[in-house]
Amino acid sequence: MNDGVGIEIERVTHGYTPKRGRPMVALDDISLSIPAHEFHALLGPSGCGKSTLLFLIGGFQKIQQGRIHTAHGDVCAPGPDRGIVFQNFALFPWKTVIENVRYGLEKKGIKGSEAEQTAKHFIDLVHLNGFERSYPAQLSGGMQQRAAIARTLAIDPDILLMDEPFGALDAQTRRIMQEELLAIWRATRKTVVFVTHDVAEAVYLADTISVMSARPGRIKRLVHASFNRSEDTAVFKSPEFTDMVEHVWDMVRDEVDEARRQGH
Amino acid sequence: MTAARIDRIIAGMIGYLPLVILALIWEATTRLGLVSPRMLPRFSDVLGAFLDLLQSGELLTNAIASLRRALIGFAIAVCTGTTLGAGMALVPWIRAALDPIVQIFYPLPKSALIPLVLVWFGLGDTSKTFLVFLGCLLPMILSTYNGMRGVDPLLAWSARSLGASRFDVVREIMLPAALPQILTGLRTTIAFMFLLMVSSELVIATNGLGYMIGAFGDQGSYPAMFATILVVTALGFAADRAFLALTDHLLRWRA
Repeated sequence: MNDGVGIEIERVTHGYTPKRGRPMVALDDISLSIPAHEFHALLGPSGCGKSTLLFLIGGFQKIQQGRIHTAHGDVCAPGPDRGIVFQNFALFPWKTVIENVRYGLEKKGIKGSEAEQTAKHFIDLVHLNGFERSYPAQLSGGMQQRAAIARTLAIDPDILLMDEPFGALDAQTRRIMQEELLAIWRATRKTVVFVTHDVAEAVYLADTISVMSARPGRIKRLVHASFNRSEDTAVFKSPEFTDMVEHVWDMVRDEVDEARRQGH
Repeated sequence: MTAARIDRIIAGMIGYLPLVILALIWEATTRLGLVSPRMLPRFSDVLGAFLDLLQSGELLTNAIASLRRALIGFAIAVCTGTTLGAGMALVPWIRAALDPIVQIFYPLPKSALIPLVLVWFGLGDTSKTFLVFLGCLLPMILSTYNGMRGVDPLLAWSARSLGASRFDVVREIMLPAALPQILTGLRTTIAFMFLLMVSSELVIATNGLGYMIGAFGDQGSYPAMFATILVVTALGFAADRAFLALTDHLLRWRA
C-alpha cells in the first residue's frame, strides 16, 4: 500500500432505469478523496445512491462515467483488495462458519493447516470461537454478521467496504458491534467506507462523514468527526458528541424531507 | 437398538397402516363377491402371482431391463438438463434461444411422442431410453434455470470480492446455492422417469416391466398384471424415499 492513497473518486455519474419508468440519475458528478487508513462514512437518506457508490468502489457495477482508483489502480472489477460486508451478511449458507472464512483464504492459495489457523484467528477476533462448525442458519443475526466480518478481514483487504452492516441487528447488538468494529479498525487501520443512514452511528464511528443529498446523489458536505479516536465508550453521553449529532442531523434533515417528497 | 429407536420404527410403521387397511378391504370385497375377479383379482392371488414371477426370475430380468434403459435416459437428461439450465441462467443468448422452445414443449405430454419415436428408433432400447430422456429433460432444465436465477446476487458478489473467478462463482456459489431447487426438480424428474419407462414399454417393447403389464393384461393374467403394477409402485416409492434421504443429507445446512 503506497503513499496514503486510499480511494480517489473522480467525477462519477451513474444512472439506472427502473423496470417501469424513466431513467434516473443515482449519482451526479461525485468527486471524493478518501485517504488511506481513514474511517469514512457515507451518510444520507434512503435512495440517495450511497450504496450504489459503495458498489462502484467494490467494482460490482460498471462505472458509467468518471473513474475510481485505489493504490491497486483503476477499479474495474471486484477484487480481494476491497473486502465487503453486506447488511444481510451474504454468508454461504451451505458452508460452516470456518468454511466461509476459509473460502477467501483458499482463493489466495492458502491451504491446509495455515488456512485453518488463520481462519481460527479471525473467528476468535470476532468472538465466534466455539461456533466454527455451525452453519449460518444456526446463528443469530449478530453472530452471522461477525462471521461475515471475519470472512472479509481474513483476506486482509486494504479497503473495507461496509453497506449498513449493522442495519439488520437489534439496538444492543448494534452498539456492541460498533464498539468491536472500532477496536478492530484501530488495530488494523484499514481504509473503511461505511454506508449508513444512522447519524449517531456515523458520528461515533467515522473520521470523516460525507453527507449525501437526496436523489440525484451528490456529496453535500464533508464533516470531520473523529470521535472514534477516543477509546471512551461514554462518548455517547458527552455534550460534544450530542452537539455533533445535532449538527449533522440538521444537514441530513432537509435531505430526508426531500427524499420523502420523492416517495422513499 | 435403543428403545427410542424402536419407538420411532413402530411409529413409522403405524403411519403406513392405511395401506394395510386398503389391502384388507381389497381382499374382503373380492372374497365377498362384491367385485368380480375379472375386474379386480384377489389381493392374495396377486401376492401368489408375485411370488411365482419372483421365483421364475421373470420379474428380475425384466426389472433390470427396464431400469437400465430408464437410468441411462435419466442420467443423460440430468447432465444435459443442468448444463442447459445453467446456460440459460448465465448466458443471455442461450436463454433467448432455448426459452421459447422450453415454454412450448414443457406442457406437451411426452408420451404423445411414443409413435413418432418408434418410427425414428424402432423397437430397440434406444427408443425407450430416448423417451425417458425427453420426459426428464425439461423439468431438469427448468429447475436448474429457475434455481440459478433465484440465487442472491450478493452471494456472487461476496465470492468475487473474496478472490473467486467468474467460473469459480458458477461452480462453487451458484450451483450449491441453487441446489435446493435443483433437487426439488430432480424429484419430479424421477417420477417422470418411471412414467415414461412404463408408458413407452407398454407401446414399444419386447421386455421390461411395462411390457409385462401390457402382455399380462392382453392374456387376461390379471393377478400377474397387478403384481407387476405393485412392483413398479414399490420401485417408485423406494426411489423417492432414497432420494428424500439424500436430500436431507445434502441440505443439512438448512435450519
